[in-house]
Amino acid sequence: MSAVDSSVRAVVWQLVRPGAVAAVQGLAVALLSLTTNVALFVLSVVSLALIPAFGIGFALFPAVTVLVRLSVGLQRRLSRWSRAPIASPYQPVPAGASLGTWKRFRWVVSDAATWRDFAWLIPGAITGGACLLAFVLPFYGLEGVLLVPILLYAITDWYGYGVFWPMDNYLEAWLSMPQGWLIFGGGLAVPPWLVWLHFRFAGFFLAPTQAQELALRVRHLAATRADTIDSQAAELRRIERDLHDGAQARLVALRMSIGLAEELLADDPARAARLLSEAQEASGRALVELRDLVRGIYPPVLAERGLDGAVQALALTVTPPVDVDVDLPGSPPAAVESAAYFAVAELLTNVAKHSGAGRAWVSLVHRDAVLRVVVGDDGRGGASFDVDSGLAGVRRRLAAFDGTMTVTSPPGGPTVVTMELPCALSSRRISPSSGTG
Amino acid sequence: MRVVIAEDLALLRDGLTRILDAYGFQVVEAVADGPSVLPALTRHRPDVAVLDVRLPPTFTDEGLQAALAARVEMPGLPILVLSQHVEQLYARELLADRRGGVGYLLKDRVSNVGQFIDAVRRVADGGMVMDPEVVSQLLARNAGADRLGELTAREREVLGQMAEGRSNAAIAGRLFVTEKAVSKHINNIFSKLGMPPSDDDNRRVLAVLAYLNG
Repeated sequence: MSAVDSSVRAVVWQLVRPGAVAAVQGLAVALLSLTTNVALFVLSVVSLALIPAFGIGFALFPAVTVLVRLSVGLQRRLSRWSRAPIASPYQPVPAGASLGTWKRFRWVVSDAATWRDFAWLIPGAITGGACLLAFVLPFYGLEGVLLVPILLYAITDWYGYGVFWPMDNYLEAWLSMPQGWLIFGGGLAVPPWLVWLHFRFAGFFLAPTQAQELALRVRHLAATRADTIDSQAAELRRIERDLHDGAQARLVALRMSIGLAEELLADDPARAARLLSEAQEASGRALVELRDLVRGIYPPVLAERGLDGAVQALALTVTPPVDVDVDLPGSPPAAVESAAYFAVAELLTNVAKHSGAGRAWVSLVHRDAVLRVVVGDDGRGGASFDVDSGLAGVRRRLAAFDGTMTVTSPPGGPTVVTMELPCALSSRRISPSSGTG
Repeated sequence: MRVVIAEDLALLRDGLTRILDAYGFQVVEAVADGPSVLPALTRHRPDVAVLDVRLPPTFTDEGLQAALAARVEMPGLPILVLSQHVEQLYARELLADRRGGVGYLLKDRVSNVGQFIDAVRRVADGGMVMDPEVVSQLLARNAGADRLGELTAREREVLGQMAEGRSNAAIAGRLFVTEKAVSKHINNIFSKLGMPPSDDDNRRVLAVLAYLNG
């Protein structure tokens, strides 16, 4: 019986829960909108009105705007409740535009978002206030369900509920119960819609316009492009230095040994032979250096086997043992593959060095046009990645592809790093590069 | 001994042919791209094949794929795979059929002509030759593993030499010990790794590598 009981309870809770949650959300939205919106509207109007008065408004209005943006920013954060989150449209504060300066005032008034926020304050207070209904309705319904009106009518002889206002007789008093059920049911169905409507309406004012969205996007692209160009240049510089000090220098020494051996061949064949064997050795070292360099530029196994095979090969070379799980119906673009490979390599190196893990795992999954790479380990956790320049480099590299990286590493583990790279897959990879394995 | 070569760079193809010729091998065909490898092997059934991993037209791992396909079609066909880089993944795939006659070497090793020819001969005889770099990676990675951890430094050294495909006599020569000492080390290794002793050179190395590959 109790099993049935608890399952019935579970079903009822399933039905009631969304309405109950939204009722509480509605209360929060209503309180926030009714109080701050009205106050901020008044402050805004006053500070604007003070602009002709000795310029007080020039300093005051930007300060009020800071408050408005805080409050509206909170609304944007709460908009997650509506499943249609509202993004932030503001341009970054220019350098040297601190509060009280003329530059700050110009920046504030020239940003369309300022005026759209201002225009929303009063309408937002109205829709937000309407959300109070979301909280009140279920309780009013509950009052009827729990026979409170009958009781009060009996005691005070004067009470009203629902359509009977005031009640004239006990029949009407008793009818408050079915009314209560209706109101309670409606009161649970309506709140999610009220909250949704509030934020939907707010979105018209508070969400970035298409132009603002483009401006934000351009800013993001400019920043990541600059990062990419910088890191490419640094990378080329590193390769140049490695070649110059490494393989190139060794080849020069090699030629000198061979040249000397050539001279000595007739007079001192024993010494010539020794020089040649030294030359042989030097050429071997040059090859090792070149191989390492090539691996750092674009690992050959990546060219030969794609991301799937390259990560499998990588997993074989590190401790602790790594489980690799791949679900890639095709190949990501070569640049994305390379970024993902180096990210995994960096993270596995970290696992080996710092985690003390007994097992690690890597999964590569492509779904909904996003390549999701997860690297996890069962080590001691508590990893802090902010100061780690290697990880910062990985993050920067991913950002060039609009990729993101999130790290969870509670003390005691496990550490899980999730990277997401938007990309399309092609069916069969064919590397255009030439050369030989 | 009849050899088929697959190598796309003419310079290296000619070099390999010249070296093998000089040591009395007969290069029956030297192909330059992936799709020609398997037909050439089927046509000639050579005593040993020397294949480059990366070949046209895709410049991925066509040579390795051809080698694996050939071993399925002609089980035990001796194949020596050459590459600019070595991957344990590839070594594992080449050893997966647990037959002898497999070699996997860095291309640089060809420059030591004597050793290279020795490797070709051992592969042709059904032996196994792994590049020292593969072996050292394996040993470095598995040093912490439970059972390998019980090996002494000397035994690990011997294990490495075995994996590179050397005979007891060759190992003894390289480590400056007697052959008898080597076989004692090897017996110790087997018992520590929980494997029955065997006289078969090739099978014991395959067993060791299979263990190392997990």
